[in-house]
Amino acid sequence: MQYTIETFDLSKYYSNIKAVDRLNLKIKEGEIFGLLGPNGAGKTTAISMLCTILPPTSGTATVNGFDIIKEPAQVRKSIGIVFQAPSVDDLLTGRENLRMHTLLFKMPREIRKRRIEEVLKLVDLEKRADDLVRTYSGGMRRRLELARGMMHDPTVLFLDEPTLGLDPQTREHMWKYISALAKREKMTILLTTHYMEEAELLCDRVGIIDAGKIIALNEPDKLKSQLGGGKIIIRTRNPNIAALKKIDCIKAMRRKGDLLQIVLKSGECNLKKILLKAGDVKMVELRPTTLNDVFLHYTGRQIREEEAEGGFWQRMMSERKT
Amino acid sequence: MSEIEGIYAVWLREFKVYIREKERVVSSLVSPILWLVAFGVGVGSTVTMEGVNYRVYIYPGILVMSVLFSSMFYGVYVIWDRRLDFLKEVLVAPLSRVSIFIGKVLGGCTTVMVQTTAIMVIGYFIGLSLSLDAFLEAFALLFLLSIALVSLGLSIGANMRSPEGFMLVANFVIWPLFFFSGALFTLSNLPAWLSGVTSANPITYGVDSVRGATIGIRHFPMAVDIAVMLIFSLLAIVAGAWSFRRMHD
Repeated sequence: MQYTIETFDLSKYYSNIKAVDRLNLKIKEGEIFGLLGPNGAGKTTAISMLCTILPPTSGTATVNGFDIIKEPAQVRKSIGIVFQAPSVDDLLTGRENLRMHTLLFKMPREIRKRRIEEVLKLVDLEKRADDLVRTYSGGMRRRLELARGMMHDPTVLFLDEPTLGLDPQTREHMWKYISALAKREKMTILLTTHYMEEAELLCDRVGIIDAGKIIALNEPDKLKSQLGGGKIIIRTRNPNIAALKKIDCIKAMRRKGDLLQIVLKSGECNLKKILLKAGDVKMVELRPTTLNDVFLHYTGRQIREEEAEGGFWQRMMSERKT
Repeated sequence: MSEIEGIYAVWLREFKVYIREKERVVSSLVSPILWLVAFGVGVGSTVTMEGVNYRVYIYPGILVMSVLFSSMFYGVYVIWDRRLDFLKEVLVAPLSRVSIFIGKVLGGCTTVMVQTTAIMVIGYFIGLSLSLDAFLEAFALLFLLSIALVSLGLSIGANMRSPEGFMLVANFVIWPLFFFSGALFTLSNLPAWLSGVTSANPITYGVDSVRGATIGIRHFPMAVDIAVMLIFSLLAIVAGAWSFRRMHD
């Protein structure tokens, strides 16, 4: 089978760290694939290599059937990108930014105008198209970038942290746009994020990446069920612990005052059986496993050390990353 | 054909951003005018050089200075583009790096020449008027010089990652180029070491050519001035194009 994106031991090593370490991914046509990982896990590095602006140390990849090392021009024509940091010029208007893109991407003259109008409409920016981007809100800028990313009808769309720094309302809006677009334009989307709801809502499959390696990869639901069946919290004074222990689907229990926390095994579990043995139940709270649990399970709970800033000269001079 | 449209797109962006940033336009005019009015008039009240008032004598030097500073500092915008991800948007386009570089050079030269023309126009009002021929000749020479210096500034910008670092390096290059160029003094009767340094400085030939065009005083033949500037431009363009080609994320 031909995959839209396929990487072969794709690696990027800097002098002291392995940013991406022998990555092997296969992403199907029309799929929304999420790359999850803590800060510095290698998500952006991987995307930069796939979109040919960063040469890999070793290994390679194909995007839309083209090799990222041998056929970068072909790859570039097949992809659209929404970068992590803002990449629209705020002294240009929305329309001017899009027009520049049509020229940079060598779109045929006849379709430029029409396509600009089309994408502006898709992201609801027609009314503000002739205002300077400087006057846009964060969400509008993001939408403009999304519009620009799709401008030249790419087969693959890369979204690098598309909702970073947006408020919850705007994020939900962005998700709506992204999933509508994916359906309408039938694009394959590779997105990176560390918002778990985002991945859960949008992605067909997710890969968790840490220290440059994929450590888990599956559909969100499957990842969750692999981890276990969630928790039940019961407020009760007199649970029958001995009877509860006999119930198959219970993995572990913990008591703290009135609260009884039950960790379930994955798969099905008869809640009624548990409640009958739980005594005088005052309250029950169900906590299904979330992708967040999966994420923390695989990446650990430690806070990541941010990368060192480097000395004066390192900051001043370009550090050629080869 | 589409490469040319790409170059046009890069140029257009640079130009629009320039004219929309009023502070940049105004601030770029301040220091040349201070040099002309405060320094030129102040020193000119007692000093003449090669038979002309000092204020008039340094006018071509100040035009070159203005081109030198604004062309070189233009390179810093590459770093600002990199700080945002705007640079990535351009780098990822299926447009050759050389075209991107050419678009940037043209954009830079346009902004520099808009500003230089403004200074020449202001010159008319402070008693530094030029004939149309002299104006056009000076314009062409300064344009050639700006191609070289914008390319040089972009080469530095493409290799640096912080604006502070760029300023450090650029100042380190600009000030010697300016002071050892004969912009502020005559090249005759210099001590041997200084004469050696000035003749090794390409800006000297720029100053000489513009001074020849505007007030008719020159030390080198026109052909030498232009040949040096052409070679300088060519080298700077090659360095810039090469830097842009190897520039990545």
